[in-house]
Amino acid sequence: MTMTEQAKSIQPPLPLGPIAWVRKNLFSDWFNAILTLVSIIFLYFAVTAFARWALFSADWRPVTGTPMLFLVGQYPREQLWRPGLSLLFSTFLIGVSWGVWERYVKAFAIFIAITLGIFAILPLKTADLTPAVRAFFLFNSLLIYAGYRVGHTRWMSGMKTSLLWLFVSIVITLVLLPGYENSKIMPSVATTAWGGLLMTLLLAVGGIVLSFPIGVLLALGRRSSLPVVKIFSVFFIETIRGVPLVTILFMFSVILALFLPAESRIDRILRALMGMVIFSAAYTAENVRGGLQAIPEGQEEAARALGLSGFQITWFIVLPQALRLVIPNIVGQFIALFKDTTLVVIVGINDLLGIGNAVLNLNPEFVRLQMEVYLFIAVIFWIFSYFLSYASLKLEKALGVGER
Amino acid sequence: MNREKIPFWRDERYLRIAAQVVSAVVILGFLYWAVVNFLTVTQQRGMSLTFGFLKEPAGFPISESFILYDPQMSFGRAFLVGLVNTLVVSILGIFFSTILGLIVGLARLSSNWLVSRIALAFIEFNRNIPLLVLLFLLYFGFFTKLPGVKESMELPGPIYINQRGLYFTWPRLTESGGVFLAFTIAGVLLAIIAWIVLRKIRELKGRETYFGWVSLAIFILLPLLGWVLSPSAPLRVDIPELSGFNFRGGLRFSPEFSAVLIGLTIYTAAFIAEVIRAGILAVRKGQVEAARALGLSSSQTLGLIVIPQAMRVVIPPLISQYLNLTKNSSLALTIGFQELFAVGKVTINQAGRAVPVFILIMATYLAISLITSAILNVYNRRVQFIEK
Repeated sequence: MTMTEQAKSIQPPLPLGPIAWVRKNLFSDWFNAILTLVSIIFLYFAVTAFARWALFSADWRPVTGTPMLFLVGQYPREQLWRPGLSLLFSTFLIGVSWGVWERYVKAFAIFIAITLGIFAILPLKTADLTPAVRAFFLFNSLLIYAGYRVGHTRWMSGMKTSLLWLFVSIVITLVLLPGYENSKIMPSVATTAWGGLLMTLLLAVGGIVLSFPIGVLLALGRRSSLPVVKIFSVFFIETIRGVPLVTILFMFSVILALFLPAESRIDRILRALMGMVIFSAAYTAENVRGGLQAIPEGQEEAARALGLSGFQITWFIVLPQALRLVIPNIVGQFIALFKDTTLVVIVGINDLLGIGNAVLNLNPEFVRLQMEVYLFIAVIFWIFSYFLSYASLKLEKALGVGER
Repeated sequence: MNREKIPFWRDERYLRIAAQVVSAVVILGFLYWAVVNFLTVTQQRGMSLTFGFLKEPAGFPISESFILYDPQMSFGRAFLVGLVNTLVVSILGIFFSTILGLIVGLARLSSNWLVSRIALAFIEFNRNIPLLVLLFLLYFGFFTKLPGVKESMELPGPIYINQRGLYFTWPRLTESGGVFLAFTIAGVLLAIIAWIVLRKIRELKGRETYFGWVSLAIFILLPLLGWVLSPSAPLRVDIPELSGFNFRGGLRFSPEFSAVLIGLTIYTAAFIAEVIRAGILAVRKGQVEAARALGLSSSQTLGLIVIPQAMRVVIPPLISQYLNLTKNSSLALTIGFQELFAVGKVTINQAGRAVPVFILIMATYLAISLITSAILNVYNRRVQFIEK
């Protein structure tokens, strides 16, 4: 048999026609046929019942009436340009990230752009959504594309983008949003007024970014040959991982004050953030440890043979390889942390879920509309988490984790 | 040999000791600072740090308890009630989420496109929303919206569903149920013993002992014998009945308990389904093909080849899902089911002793986590592949 003949004989099968596809995938035998019929009946009733409820009997006023509340909470309305500017920086950088990292961010960036665009043209009659606000959202949506073009230019690199993100986050969280006392342009806004999606994102991003270095240190500590460091790391990691996040959040909001000098006071949101950071650090440590263990011994031995010091070996040889391996796990953990931010309602912080609770009490007519409000919040969380896990899946494939 | 002396600041032995001392000083120094602050603050506020309060009467009611409790009983007892509530909801949650997760995981792998997609939708919905939102949806969105007692929904069984909770028809032991109960317990124990012994015999002697059938027979026949031997009917069917403004009889699940249990179950089931799917996919196709080539039936292939190998991959992540479920049960406090953490929180307010109560709560959760993972790790070690 010649090569060409062989190549012909193993041509891929032709795609199935629709009827053949249905027969193969839905009615291959009598058991499958029954399963299919039951599923169709179930789907029909579930979908029609839900559609009937969502379109006719549900009352979406609490959700549609106060979009700004869900976005920024009680942030003073005359100071809205500050979260607005934060959004501006963020959308631009999302665009830049899309340009730099291409397909990992692509889906997320496009999704944000479309969401902002939809927000701009949403046919809602609320005082919140003035034409200026709508135009602003539309502008942000276009800004993502502008960022994308910038990210494509030669002088933008992953390192620079990361540093820009870091710089912008610091500016947003420490300067722009809190403001200064006695300042005319940027009067200080107490953190109790922050809320909604803004709060949720701040807690999630802040939690993961701040917990990362601590987690890496703990992971290195756990693998250290120094007994004191090792015992402390193991004790810390296992204790935190053994208790629920609620207890840690509660400890930081109630007990922490007892361990500090009597006159010192820490902001409520900072306390919650500290709890999230400590909690997340323990899990990051375990993820990173997995990466560290996957690095072959030979790498370290080779580095030692080349005369690198212990610090150099860890910093230049082991850590870069280990962290690369665990990026998908870290994204997974970020999703978990993002969902876990809802627990801060228990210590009285108005994140997205907290705002949902507040909206229910806004108007006596809304009191029994929990289904609508919580479903809306669930959808927001779902969309964010889904796109993050989608990006993580892409990342995993691109890095070839598990294939090497 | 000319040996250059290494200066001590580059000698690894010295450096190691120095690093240890520095880290010890930093850690201990920080702890010392915290403890000193703590002692001053507690002294200023006159807070007590002993556990003596556990014997004092609690004075607060607990809406739901599986052991005897009333507000005159001690704080210790209240804490125990919370612990039992946590354990009951966790164990039931683990049981149901494993079953549901198994079903969904298998459905996800089904060759039927529609079934697989429905399973995928279930998994993706639950995995991507916060558990707390799911609990709120179930409790505030569903259970508090149920009809009142008079307009209860009735499901076959009969099961009644209304604002006060779920009422199941439930078998209960009568006065003459002791004999039946004893025979049932004996039946279960003997069935397990027969299973182990006969299986061992089969392994050693190499002849078929039908251990499955024998233990099944013991498991069915002994309770049956107990039923026949008992003087009157050992079980009666307890049907919930509407009397006055409420249902009586039957088994009642409160709305709070039901919401927590259902929420934990379906949330964790989505994760377990993914674990199980990964486990089954991890078994190489060649294993199944080889088993079929050797003439094993498809049920034998599944039971003897696929499941034992899938178990090795499944058990470690399954352990962490079980532990997550147990820890997540602490969210029940948000919808008013008083488990360990909720009782602890009330105790802090009532007794005013934040620190001892917190130590107690954290120690209890740690103990639950450690004991669960210890038990499951023993099992894990047994199913793991022993390399020769």
